[in-house]
Amino acid sequence: MASSIRASDTSVGRELGPSRLDGLGGPHPRSDAQGVSAARSSSLWRDGVRRLLRNRLAVAGGVVVVLLCLIAIFADFLAPLPYTKTNFSRLNEAPTRAYPLGTDQLGRDLLSRMIYGARVSMLVGLGAQVIVVIIGVPIGALSGYVGGRTDLVLTRFVDVMYAFPRLLFVILVMSMLGAGLTNIFIAIGLTGWVGIARQTRAQVLTIKEKEFVDGARALGAGFGRVLGRHVMPNALTPIIVAVTFGIPEAIFTEAALSFIGVGINPPTPSWGQMVGEGQQYIRSYWHLCVFPSIAIAVTMLSFVFFGDGVRDALDPKLK
Amino acid sequence: MFHYALSRLLWLLPTLLAMALVTFLVMHATPGSPLDPVSEGANPLSPEAQKNLAKYYGLDRPLYEQFAIFVSKAVRGDFGYSFVYKTRTVQEIIAETFPISLLLGSMALVLAIVGGLTLGILAAVYQNRTWDYVSVSLATVGVAVPNFVLAVFLIILFSFVVPLFPTGGWDSPRNWVLPTVALALAPMGIIARFTRASMLEVIRADYTLTARAKGLGEGPVIFKHALKNAFIPVVTLLGPMFAAVGTGSFFVEAIFRVPGMGRFFVLSMTGRDYPMIMAVVLTYGAFLAVMNLVVDLLYGVFDPRIRY
Repeated sequence: MASSIRASDTSVGRELGPSRLDGLGGPHPRSDAQGVSAARSSSLWRDGVRRLLRNRLAVAGGVVVVLLCLIAIFADFLAPLPYTKTNFSRLNEAPTRAYPLGTDQLGRDLLSRMIYGARVSMLVGLGAQVIVVIIGVPIGALSGYVGGRTDLVLTRFVDVMYAFPRLLFVILVMSMLGAGLTNIFIAIGLTGWVGIARQTRAQVLTIKEKEFVDGARALGAGFGRVLGRHVMPNALTPIIVAVTFGIPEAIFTEAALSFIGVGINPPTPSWGQMVGEGQQYIRSYWHLCVFPSIAIAVTMLSFVFFGDGVRDALDPKLK
Repeated sequence: MFHYALSRLLWLLPTLLAMALVTFLVMHATPGSPLDPVSEGANPLSPEAQKNLAKYYGLDRPLYEQFAIFVSKAVRGDFGYSFVYKTRTVQEIIAETFPISLLLGSMALVLAIVGGLTLGILAAVYQNRTWDYVSVSLATVGVAVPNFVLAVFLIILFSFVVPLFPTGGWDSPRNWVLPTVALALAPMGIIARFTRASMLEVIRADYTLTARAKGLGEGPVIFKHALKNAFIPVVTLLGPMFAAVGTGSFFVEAIFRVPGMGRFFVLSMTGRDYPMIMAVVLTYGAFLAVMNLVVDLLYGVFDPRIRY
């Protein structure tokens, strides 16, 4: 209900700005937003950014997220040692000056491995969402806009996928395909698009009944133009919100898969895998699983705070 | 309502069949076979031995036949022998481990519902005061942080820093506490968030004002008038909650060394134990489907406006 009200509130303003169907991935809506705000003094996006910046918890979350991205990008410069460098004379050592977070069961520097672990988490978090959006949004949009038999077939399929417990299916696919980063993308992509497709379909269903869509059609706009320039830009907000929450979910999925040993291939470090291996020695070497646990917790919390902020900023009516 | 329940129960069969088919296809469409050596780098079995084994387990037949055989046996409750634990049937293993997972899951769920409702009500009644912040932060941590990470923190805090509970095992009720809490925190957080939101809405509703206006005390207003209505949206959450507890148990059982079914889920998959995979997936699937049905029926009980 709330969404239909909002869609009509903003539709007039949004029609003026340039918008693209393919601009769903992340930075594009922002750049579109600047186009809109140049044309009008107050737009959905500018208001959204202002509201987001006022939310201190969301800003803190955003800062941590940016920091984590920087750590992931510059891991090669930040890590004191290569993540594969072993030192067999100093195994399972508690934190010291030489090894600030200690060493693992092969004498590798825990700090370096954690820094490289950020790379895997961020890559999976952001990369998986790109795949999910590329699969989910077109299916949802098509299903909602075309309707009829196409909609029926697609919704049935989506419902079956939805009934399957998500993590169960991901573990099944991963243990069959084998561990590895590419396979994680495939597994999350195969299962993750369902939610976003449902979301998009629901949005498109309400928006396609609006007068301005009829208006566009009456003016002679074709199928692609109506869907791409008139319907989709107005359906963006919930999709962006879904993506911001999808990122921590993908990071969690990777950590969980690596924890049980079907995620990232060793020796590539992943936080989930470090917790999974470290928890076996939790009695004797607490540091092995505590530091990566803290990293996962902080990352997840930051993304959730940031996501909450984005949701509240873009759509104050949603809960 | 009876007709609705019956038709939903009948729908369970095609759903489970579809689930079995998807699992079966994923198992056979991917590279690798249960006849491969279990340990890495080991010598492969001789072709004759592979052929004999394939014949023994029926793996040499065409896929559609294999699936048909599986279904006809599974209907009679026969899932065959496990490929990995060669002397034990799948039913035996499930019958031994499922009750443990069920006990752990039920305890976690009860804790999640009671704790989540309490936190949610406290947060709504004391909105923007200390209790609100405490319960919202607890809920956020529960929702955001994966349960295996929470489990690590719980072990550090309550086994090492304050040695109250053992780090693992399943012998006495004292062992049950930490796994239950670790498993319950995530669903508890979700329930608390939803209860808070719907309580806040209900507290501002006209009928709550009426209840106060006629002189009712705070207790009856909250528990008799507000909570009853605030509870309705929370009931819908219970379905996904079962799924969260079910899949969460893989990790919690691994960390706390609980001899439940979750352990076999991953083991059977990496070991390509076909009969075990099918049985475990279908057990979880059937359990979740039945629970979803129960939740949908409960929804009608709590909200008399809904008719089936």
